[in-house]
Amino acid sequence: MTDSKYFTTTKKGEIFELKAELNSDKKEKKKEAVKKVIASMTVGKDVSALFPDVVNCMQTDNLELKKLVYLYLMNYAKSQPDMAIMAVNTFVKDCEDPNPLIRALAVRTMGCIRVDKITEYLCEPLRKCLKDEDPYVRKTAAVCVAKLHDINAQLVEDQGFLDTLKDLISDSNPMVVANAVAALSEIAESHPSSNLLDLNPQSINKLLTALNECTEWGQIFILDCLANYTPKDDREAQSICERVTPRLSHANSAVVLSAVKVLMKFMEMLSKDLDYYGTLLKKLAPPLVTLLSAEPELQYVALRNINLIVQKRPEILKHEMKVFFVKYNDPIYVKLEKLDIMIRLASQANIAQVLAELKEYATEVDVDFVRKAVRAIGRCAIKVEQSAERCVSTLLDLIQTKVNYVVQEAIVVIKDIFRKYPNKYESVIATLCENLDSLDEPEARAAMIWIVGEYAERIDNADELLESFLEGFHDESTQVQLQLLTAIVKLFLKKPTETQELVQQVLSLATQDSDNPDLRDRGYIYWRLLSTDPVAAKEVVLAEKPLISEETDLIEPTLLDELICYIGTLASVYHKPPSAFVEGGRGVVHKTLPPRTASNESTESPETAPAGAPPGEQPDVIPAQGDLLGDLLNLDLGPPVSGPPLATSSVQMGAVDLLGGGLDSLIGGTNFVAPPTAAVPANLGAPIGSGLSDLFDLTSGVGTLSGSYVAPKAVWLPAMKAKGLEISGTFTRQVGSISMDLQLTNKALQVMTDFAIQFNRNSFGLAPAAPLQVHAPLSPNQTVEISLPLSTVGSVMKMEPLNNLQVAVKNNIDVFYFSTLYPLHILFVEDGKMDRQMFLATWKDIPNENEAQFQIRDCPLNAEAVSSKLQSSNIFTVARRNVEGQDMLYQSLKLTNGIWVLAELRIQPGNPSCTLSLKCRAPEVSQHVYQAYETILKN
Amino acid sequence: MIHSLFLINSSGDIFLEKHWKSVVSRSVCDYFFEAQERATEAENVPPVIPTPHHYLLSVYRHKIFFVAVIQTEVPPLFVIEFLHRVVDTFQDYFGVCSEPVIKDNVVVVYEVLEEMLDNGFPLATESNILKELIKPPTILRTVVNTITGSTNVGDQLPTGQLSVVPWRRTGVKYTNNEAYFDVIEEIDAIIDKSGSTITAEIQGVIDACVKLTGMPDLTLSFMNPRLLDDVSFHPCVRFKRWESERILSFIPPDGNFRLLSYHVSAQNLVAIPVYVKHNISFRDSSSFGRFEITVGPKQTMGKTIEGVTVTSQMPKGVLNMSLTPSQGTHTFDPVTKMLSWDVGKINPQKLPSLKGTMSLQAGASKPDENPTINLQFKIQQLAISGLKVNRLDMYGEKYKPFKGIKYMTKAGKFQVRT
Repeated sequence: MTDSKYFTTTKKGEIFELKAELNSDKKEKKKEAVKKVIASMTVGKDVSALFPDVVNCMQTDNLELKKLVYLYLMNYAKSQPDMAIMAVNTFVKDCEDPNPLIRALAVRTMGCIRVDKITEYLCEPLRKCLKDEDPYVRKTAAVCVAKLHDINAQLVEDQGFLDTLKDLISDSNPMVVANAVAALSEIAESHPSSNLLDLNPQSINKLLTALNECTEWGQIFILDCLANYTPKDDREAQSICERVTPRLSHANSAVVLSAVKVLMKFMEMLSKDLDYYGTLLKKLAPPLVTLLSAEPELQYVALRNINLIVQKRPEILKHEMKVFFVKYNDPIYVKLEKLDIMIRLASQANIAQVLAELKEYATEVDVDFVRKAVRAIGRCAIKVEQSAERCVSTLLDLIQTKVNYVVQEAIVVIKDIFRKYPNKYESVIATLCENLDSLDEPEARAAMIWIVGEYAERIDNADELLESFLEGFHDESTQVQLQLLTAIVKLFLKKPTETQELVQQVLSLATQDSDNPDLRDRGYIYWRLLSTDPVAAKEVVLAEKPLISEETDLIEPTLLDELICYIGTLASVYHKPPSAFVEGGRGVVHKTLPPRTASNESTESPETAPAGAPPGEQPDVIPAQGDLLGDLLNLDLGPPVSGPPLATSSVQMGAVDLLGGGLDSLIGGTNFVAPPTAAVPANLGAPIGSGLSDLFDLTSGVGTLSGSYVAPKAVWLPAMKAKGLEISGTFTRQVGSISMDLQLTNKALQVMTDFAIQFNRNSFGLAPAAPLQVHAPLSPNQTVEISLPLSTVGSVMKMEPLNNLQVAVKNNIDVFYFSTLYPLHILFVEDGKMDRQMFLATWKDIPNENEAQFQIRDCPLNAEAVSSKLQSSNIFTVARRNVEGQDMLYQSLKLTNGIWVLAELRIQPGNPSCTLSLKCRAPEVSQHVYQAYETILKN
Repeated sequence: MIHSLFLINSSGDIFLEKHWKSVVSRSVCDYFFEAQERATEAENVPPVIPTPHHYLLSVYRHKIFFVAVIQTEVPPLFVIEFLHRVVDTFQDYFGVCSEPVIKDNVVVVYEVLEEMLDNGFPLATESNILKELIKPPTILRTVVNTITGSTNVGDQLPTGQLSVVPWRRTGVKYTNNEAYFDVIEEIDAIIDKSGSTITAEIQGVIDACVKLTGMPDLTLSFMNPRLLDDVSFHPCVRFKRWESERILSFIPPDGNFRLLSYHVSAQNLVAIPVYVKHNISFRDSSSFGRFEITVGPKQTMGKTIEGVTVTSQMPKGVLNMSLTPSQGTHTFDPVTKMLSWDVGKINPQKLPSLKGTMSLQAGASKPDENPTINLQFKIQQLAISGLKVNRLDMYGEKYKPFKGIKYMTKAGKFQVRT
C-alpha cells in the first residue's frame, strides 16, 4: 500500500471525484483525498479548482491533515487570494493554540502565503510569537519576519519588527540567535545601505557563544555574519580566530569553509611574527585537504575556493601537492580545477612529481583535460626555470605520440617557452616542423608560423614551409593570416635574396585581396617600411622581444582581496565580485580585507594605509600605476607591428616592438646595445609594466640626489648570453671622479671567480682606473655590487656613436663582450665655468654652422630650478638675461678632453618646452650634450 | 536561501518539485537539461549552473539529480550539503533512495521536505528529530494506520529540538542496552606503472549504533590518537576534551550516526595491502593484444583480503577480450569496453590471475592510452592506519551496556595505472 496509488487516474472526472471525497463525512476518506490532491500537486498537475473544498478540511484537530492542508494552501493561495482569506481565522486561532508545535506551524505557514490581504492579519500573531515563551515558536517567528519582509518590506519596518528581530540576537537560546542572524542577513542583503547588523564587541560575544551551541546551519549563518565584522585591533581579531578555529573540525563542509573565510579575513590583521599566526596557518591546511575527499560537487566548490586561498596565501598548502593529483574517474569539472591548482603550487621542490603526473594526464581520454594538461606542462616550464628542460623533453615525447590535439597544444606552449627562454631550445624546431601538416587549429597554426618566421635563419626550407601555408591564405583565420604576414616579412629580412617573390605575394594578398582592416593596415605598414628604409624595417620587425611573464592568469590583487571576503559564496565559485553577477543590480557593498592594526599602535603604519578604507566604503579599484601606464601605452601603440596576437602576450609585444625598434635605430644597431634608459624592461623577467613604473620611481626619486644625475642600472649583459653571468650597471660622477657601478649576478649553477674587465679604445679614453675587484667567489644566485673607478687617460679612438663603450668581462668560465652607451654628462668636469668675457668671445669665435638647436619638451621648470639642476651636473650658468619675458641662460661646460661647449637656453614662462642652442668646436658632441641636458632636466 | 527543489531522473523527467518560497516555473530546469546534454556523462554535469535569474545547484546521487534553485547569494556548499542531507534522509526513511520509492512515498517525502526547510532556512535536518515529527513508513505501521486511523505525523514537539543536546530525544528506553562502533577506513591511492605509490591517503570514519537507555555520557579513547590528521566530529563531541586530552567525550544520539570522520594523509606512510602485476600490450602490427593481470597481498598484517573486484575501462580500440581467470568470474562489455573481474578472496599460496588476449580493431593504430585498473577489496578486523580504540566508558547511567568495536579496511578510490 503506497502513495503511488494517488497517481493513478481511473476516470475522466478526476477533479470531480476528489471534490466528492473531500466533502465526505468520513475523516479517513477526507485525508486520503487531501493526500491525492497533494500528490497531484507535487507532479505539477493543477488542482487549484479544489481550493474551497480543501480549505474546508482545515478546521481539524488531526495534525497530519492540518499540515497537508497547509501545504496545499502555501502552493495555491497566491492564485486564489479571495479564497485564502477564508483561512485567516483558523490561522489566527492556531497561533493561540496551547501546543507550541501548532503555534509555530501556524505562524510559519501564514508567512508562506504570499497574499497581501493575509499579511495584514499576520502582524498581530507574529508580534506575539516573536515574544513567545517557547523558543521553538520564537525561532520560527524570526524566519517569518524575513518572509514578511520579502512580501512587504514597508510593513515590516512600520511595525517595528526589525528592532524586535535585533533584540533576538541577544536571546538566551542559540537556535533563536542563529535564526535571527539568518533572517537579518537575508533582509540586509536587499538593503545594503542599512546597518541592520551593526556588530559591536558585545554582540560579537553573543554570537560566538551561540556559535558553539547551535545547529550546523545556524553556525554557517553566524560565521558568515562574523566575517562582516571588522575587529578594532589585532588582539580582538586573534581572540575571535581562537574561538572560530574549532569549527574547522566540523563534519559539515559549509561550516568549515565559512570558518576558513573568517580566519582568512581576520588573519590579515595579525602580525606575521606572531606565533599564533604560524599556528593558524598550520591549522588551515588539514580541513582544506579533507574537503577534497568529500563528494565531487563539494570538491568542486572547495577547489574553486582553494584556488583563491592558494593565490592569497600560498604557504598554507605548499606541501599538499599530492592531494590535488587527479583520479581518472573524477568528474571533469573536478579534474580541470585540480590541474589549475597543481600549476599554482608547482615549485622547484615538487616539479618532478608534477611533471610525471601531467605526462600521465596527457595520455588520458578526455580531450579537454588532455589539452589543459599539455598547457600545464608549458606553464610549468615558464614558471619553474629549472624544469624547463624536462618540460620541453616531455612535450617532445608527447609530440611523438602524434595524437593530433596533443601535438597542437604542445606546439602552442612550446612557442611560449621559446619566448621565455630565447636561444635555448631551438634545436627542437626540426621535430616541430615534421608535424606541420597535421595542424588544423588556428592557434596551433599561428604558433607554428610564428616559430618558422622567428627562426627562419635556422630552418633551411623556411620559405617552402611558409609558401605552403600561403596557398590557402584566404581560408585561414585572421590570427593565422596576421602571423603569416609577419613571418614572411621576417623571413624576407633574414634571407632577402631568395624570398622577394614570396613577400611580394603576401603583401599583395594582405593589402589588396583582404577585407580585414587589421590585416590590410599591417600589410601597408610593412610595405612602406620595406620600401622606404629596409634597415629600419629590420630594426622594427626583428627587434628583440620582451620576455613573457610567468603567471599570466593571476587574479588582480584588489579583486583577490575582495574575493577572499567572499569565500564560500557564489562569488568565490565564479571568481567575480557579487556586484558583477548578482541579480537586480542592488548596490552590493564591496568588501575589503581589514587593515593590519596593532593594538598598541594608535596610528596606522604607512604601508597599511592604502588598505585602510573603512568597510562598507567603496575600495578604490584604480590599478597600480604600472598597470595604468601599460594600458595607456597599449592604447597608443595599439596595432602590434609584429608578434603573434596572443591573449597573454600581445600587449607587451606590441608596445615594445615599436619602442625597442625606435631605440635601436637611434643607437645605431650593434648587436647588444643596452638602451640608455630604463624604457626597455630593466629586469629580465619583468613585464613592460614594471619597466615603466621604474621610470616613474625614477622621476620622483631623483630630486634628492647630490652630485650629477645617475641613471638607474640597466642590464648590459643578460645571463643567457654570458653563461649565467648577468651584468647590469650605470655610470656615476661624484666629486670629480667617474665610476662605473656594476652589479654582477650569478645565475648559473656553478661558482664564478677570477673576474677581470677591459675596455676597448673609445672616444674619450675611458679606462678602468683599477682592476675589477670581486673579493669572494660569486656563488649561484648571489649578487655583488662593485663600483669601478674610471680614468680618462686610456687610448682614444672615435666610436660610432660617440659615447659607445665596448667592454670585455672575463671570469673562470669564459670571456664575454658587451657594449653600452654612457651618458655624456659623466664627462663634464668641475672647472667648466667660463668667464663671462671669455664666453662672449668664444661664442662669436665659433662659426655659426657649428651651432645646433634643439627643443627640450615637457620641462616645466623655471630658470632657477633649471640652473641649479644643471649645475649639480657641472653645467654652469655664466649669465642670465630676461628678454621680452623670456629667460635666457648662457651656460658653459667642459669635457674631460678639454672640449668646451657653450649653450644658450631659452625658457618661456608658461611654456613647458625650451630651446637649447649649442655651440662647440667639435660639433659632433652636440647631439650627445643635448641628450645629457634632457636626461638631467627630466629626472 | 533555497527557493525550490526539483528531482530529475536520468532520462530528464522532473518527477518531483517542491517550492519553499514562491513557485519557480519548472522551465528553469531547461538550463539544467542543456548542461546535461553537453556533459557526456551524468557525473560530469557541473554542480553550479547560472541562469539569467536563478542559480541551479545540483548533486547527482542514486541516478537522480537533486537540483536546488536559489536566487540570491547563498553559500553553495550550504546548498550542496543540504541536498546531500536530503538524500541521506530519504535513504534513512525508505531504505533506498530511488525514483519509484520516492514516488511511492510522495506524501511523506513532501512532509519531510517541508519540515527540513522553512522559507529556505534549514529547520530540522537531523534524522532523529525528523523521525519524531514524521514517522517513517513501515509495513506494520501502514497496516496499523489503516486499521486504527492514526497518522504518521507525531503531534508532540520533538523534544530534542530545543534542548542543549538537540540530537538526542529524551525518554529513550531499551531492554538490551548496547553500543557498537565500526572503525571503517578507506584507502584512496594512485599506484603508477612500476608499482610505486604516487599518492595514498586514508579516509576513516567511526560509525556508531548506540541503543542506550536514558542520557548516557560516553568517553572513547584511542591507543594512538596522534595518527589522526584532520578530524571532523559529530556535533555531540566535546571539542575541548579532544583538544586537551585527545579523548572523545559525548552524549550520543539515539540510533545510527557517524561519530567522526578523519583523514590520515600522504605524509604518514600509508600501507598498501595489495599489489597488481600487469602486462597489457597492444602491438602495432597484429590485431591481437596480450592481457595479463595478477593480484597479490602486500602489507596485510596477516589478514585475508576479501571481496576483491577488478574493473578497468579498456581503450576504444579493443573489440573483445578472451580471458581465463584462475578464480572468480569476469565479464567484458564490448559496448562500454568495461572489463570487470570478480575475484573474491586472495589466497596467498595461489595468486589469482586473469590471462588472455584482446582482439583489436583491425587496421587502427594502437590505442594511445593505457587502461587504468580500479580495485575494490575489503579486509575485516583491520584498520590499516593502525588506529586502535583503547576503551569505552559510560557515565551518567547505572546499567552495564554491551559494547563492541569492529574494524574494517576497504578500498576507496584505488587506482593502478598501467
